[in-house]
Amino acid sequence: MQVGLNHYLVVSALLFGLGLFGILSRRNAVAILMGIELMLNATNINVVAFNRYVAPAAVSGHVFALVIITLAACEAAVGLALVMAVYRNLETIHVDEINLMKW
Amino acid sequence: MGELAAFIILAIVTLLPAVVVVTNRNLVRAAMSLIPSFLGVTGLFVLLGAEFVAGIQILIYAGAIAVLILFVIMLTEGGTGLAVRQVNEQRQWGALTAGILTAGLVVILLGTPWQITAGTLPRSNVEAVGIALLTDFVLAFEISSLVLLVSLVGALVIARREQ
Repeated sequence: MQVGLNHYLVVSALLFGLGLFGILSRRNAVAILMGIELMLNATNINVVAFNRYVAPAAVSGHVFALVIITLAACEAAVGLALVMAVYRNLETIHVDEINLMKW
Repeated sequence: MGELAAFIILAIVTLLPAVVVVTNRNLVRAAMSLIPSFLGVTGLFVLLGAEFVAGIQILIYAGAIAVLILFVIMLTEGGTGLAVRQVNEQRQWGALTAGILTAGLVVILLGTPWQITAGTLPRSNVEAVGIALLTDFVLAFEISSLVLLVSLVGALVIARREQ
């Protein structure tokens, strides 16, 4: 049995679901960022697998994956800086305790 | 046959640490489990013939982002986070939502007839990616470099201590 496109798509769907579960169930902002990283990784598997099986002559999927990795690095840097700022001002990084704007 | 075995091993290496990442109460353990998960994804990239993306994945994810996350865990309260509750009240609803979405995604992805094209990847992966980045995708390349610059300056400004 050969490894086909569907194998990669299933693995990436499972990884995406795990990341989503992490985002929905965690209280800690850093743990939520970890879930986001898992979801972005799932997306990267998807685009590279489509590149390999649907349009193997071009490398468009690789370029998409590189741009996604760049933006993931930006997102991690800004997100973690926000976590630091929130911790300095509110003394907590649990997202359900950050309710300054909740009335 | 060997490819299938490699794929199964890499999928397990990717998914098992990911389960630890989202369920473990110890934050440091969760952050360290990100690294084998990223390395498993790297292996999948190699299996797909994307060597350049695999190298960048190791450098940025396993190198930079994992270390950054560990630093922020150290700099914020509690360290490992074992002393406080780590999950919110909506855990079972979150599990239900993620499960339904994953099942739906798998059903849809497996049910769609993808147009598989036979063909081979360019022989020199790095060369092809470099040429594509500076010809067809030069606008995306420049814009993402600008976004990178702006976000890093923004991160510095946000994280800096007020005078």
